[in-house]
Amino acid sequence: MNKTIGNNRFFNFKEFGILIAFFMLVAALMIISPNAFAQPRNLINILKQASINGILSCGMMFVIIAGGIDLSAGSTIALSGVAAAYFARLDRTPVLLPILVAVAVGGLVGAVNGAGVAYANLPPFIITLSTMTGVRGLALIVSGGSPIYGLAGSFEKLTNQFLLGVPALAVYFIIIALFSGFILVKTVFGRRVYAIGGSETTARVSGINVKKMKLAVYTICGCMAGIAGLLVASRTVQGSPTAGDGYEMDAIAAVVIGGISMSGGAGKWYGTIIGALLLAVISNGLDILGVSSNYQKIIKGVIIAVAVYLDLRGKAKQE
Amino acid sequence: MEYALEMRKICKAFSGVRVLEDVTLKVKAGEVHALMGENGAGKSTLMKILMGIYKADRGEIYLGSNKVEVHNPKDAMGKGISMIHQELNTVMDMEVAENIFIGRELLKNDKLKLVDRARMREESARYLKKLEIDINPRALMRSLSIAQMQLVEIVKAISVNSKIIVMYEPTSAITDKEAVILFKQIEQLKKQGVAIIYISHKMNEIFRISDTITVLRDGQFIGSQPAGELDEDKLISMMVGRKITEIYPKDVAEIGDVILEVKDLSRGKRVHSANFQLKSGEVLGIAGLVGAGRSELAETIFGIVPKTAGDIFIRNKRVKIKNPSDAIGYRMALITEDRKRTGLNLAANVRENISLAALRNLANGGLIDRRKEKKAAEEYISKLKIKTSGADAMVSNLSGGNQQKVVLAKWLLNEPEIIIFDEPTRGIDVGAKRDIYRIINELAKQGKAIIVISSEMPEVMGISDRILVMCEGKITGELQRKEFTQERIMSYSSRKDGKKNE
Repeated sequence: MNKTIGNNRFFNFKEFGILIAFFMLVAALMIISPNAFAQPRNLINILKQASINGILSCGMMFVIIAGGIDLSAGSTIALSGVAAAYFARLDRTPVLLPILVAVAVGGLVGAVNGAGVAYANLPPFIITLSTMTGVRGLALIVSGGSPIYGLAGSFEKLTNQFLLGVPALAVYFIIIALFSGFILVKTVFGRRVYAIGGSETTARVSGINVKKMKLAVYTICGCMAGIAGLLVASRTVQGSPTAGDGYEMDAIAAVVIGGISMSGGAGKWYGTIIGALLLAVISNGLDILGVSSNYQKIIKGVIIAVAVYLDLRGKAKQE
Repeated sequence: MEYALEMRKICKAFSGVRVLEDVTLKVKAGEVHALMGENGAGKSTLMKILMGIYKADRGEIYLGSNKVEVHNPKDAMGKGISMIHQELNTVMDMEVAENIFIGRELLKNDKLKLVDRARMREESARYLKKLEIDINPRALMRSLSIAQMQLVEIVKAISVNSKIIVMYEPTSAITDKEAVILFKQIEQLKKQGVAIIYISHKMNEIFRISDTITVLRDGQFIGSQPAGELDEDKLISMMVGRKITEIYPKDVAEIGDVILEVKDLSRGKRVHSANFQLKSGEVLGIAGLVGAGRSELAETIFGIVPKTAGDIFIRNKRVKIKNPSDAIGYRMALITEDRKRTGLNLAANVRENISLAALRNLANGGLIDRRKEKKAAEEYISKLKIKTSGADAMVSNLSGGNQQKVVLAKWLLNEPEIIIFDEPTRGIDVGAKRDIYRIINELAKQGKAIIVISSEMPEVMGISDRILVMCEGKITGELQRKEFTQERIMSYSSRKDGKKNE
């Protein structure tokens, strides 16, 4: 084995500025607030908070690396949550049914986005903006405008338990994150996601079916939004048509803070994971420090801008 | 003798590496002064010093008899030095007049900073008229051709009273016809006493328009001579520092069976029923003017754009090629004209670029075999002598010639039988060009069937066994190697009847 750490291995420790920032923040909060922040219950809570956004961010990461964006992810959470809840009302149906329904509904929305981008040549921003509005409306219609209650205990248990001492939500997150990383780094498919984001025409001339790739990438993002929707419904024990509002922005933020290029083609999978954790730690930390949610929004905005600025500056220095 | 510009004994080093060493450049008023050298010879560093983008470590700049210091491009402009870039700096959605006065808009009222659009248009019209350029100052920049945009840049340079204009590869993005317009303007500028420093890789252009030629090599001043005293061979040997008896080494390869045959292939209005055969071991040149349909023919064969009529046969079997993936399946490769846009993924490293078209072969069941991939990349890096710090270096950090070799490696990794090169040496230096010619020779010897599309007459004549000439979408002529002359190719390039000369 060679000892130098390559540019595109599973891990690349050359780019751990964001990781340092994350650990420094955690350490600082531990010192400032040992009795609240550093409590295991709070740390578990952070992990739970990070998990749903993290799963959504993993899907978003695929789309952004491929040179696109998905604004409909938040609405998809609502629609798939409502759909899952609809099938989770009776105790007799196996819990697998709402799971499959949620993933399928999410995947379907994603496929519509993908088809719009790949085959109708619509700009990603536009088609996903359309589905963002449309899917939200659909969720409201399907649910009759109010949340679906009375869900089975087995459905609630999806998120309301520990697996091997870790909250189930976090386990799902870890599995999906590792799966995403594996696909992006190790597989031909993943390499092609980077390739179409880096240069679509080059990818096409090199024999890659760009349209099919785009369809696949948006469908993956939709499926992950579907999973996120399922988990939100399970955690809140209701299928709410207003759930997930603005979640797509948090997902985009996590991806961007993680150093993934908005112009596509570059970025590391674990950046997204750290980005999602960082956002959760920040909002939890600020909550504990008693900062009002209005100020929190400003701080989040500043952090996103600074993260991208530092990333761009780092890249400029390399050149 | 007083010069319009004198750069004396300029030295510059970047982190200890000498880039310029005692370089001298003396430019007279009213002349076109070509600055020549291979990529990396120091031309652009010298020009950046002139424009105040870099500061020289040592050396002096004189404008006429005045010693000057140039601090930044704006300062340079104020001193009468302008540069017209390879990549244009224009605001597409503004009109011509606004572009000419950008950054120094004429004002109606100094306090309120209200823009006086009418006066800007008037002034622009005056300059355009003076240079006999037929462009409406109210036209939107976007509606102009690239050549016209360059002319607007020239007007901008004139309007700030530039005495020295640096033109950096001004014809790299324009057609031959448009280049003629540009050359006419350069003549106008000369008459008005403007000195032009002209940088281009195109030899025929250099000899056509320049009065004096200065050559740099490895950051050193090699010589400066009137263009009339030099010829292409002399100039190249000054640039590369060794005698080149044969720039286009043509080896004899054994020509075998017909591999590719194209029958009545058409693509809308761009390609009209093309017919030709290509044999193994053969290098088939396709000559013609820019816009003659040569790249379109290649794109159609490769399935990038669908054909509208006709058939393609590979080894006497009719094949359906609907997309590049099909073409790759038939062991074809296309080295495209625009390597940055369609040849490379600039966001990726050398290894990822090389493996891109052959990923399936480097993977087991969808999983990339990293070790195999790396080995393949390294093999081609050494085979093609790609100068890079390693397989994991970003491809954007490589020089043009080495980037082109990366594109080549990407395709060779698939072991193609039919290889189409579209302008394979555009924008790369003489040394890298020769490497590319050697590789083409080598591939022909291995029995590959090769098509080379080129606008450079000596190139296409130097490396081909046979040349097809295209004009307005039709193949207008075919020449065997012993029949090659520039005149013949030229006459076929401008034919309109589309008759084949047998």
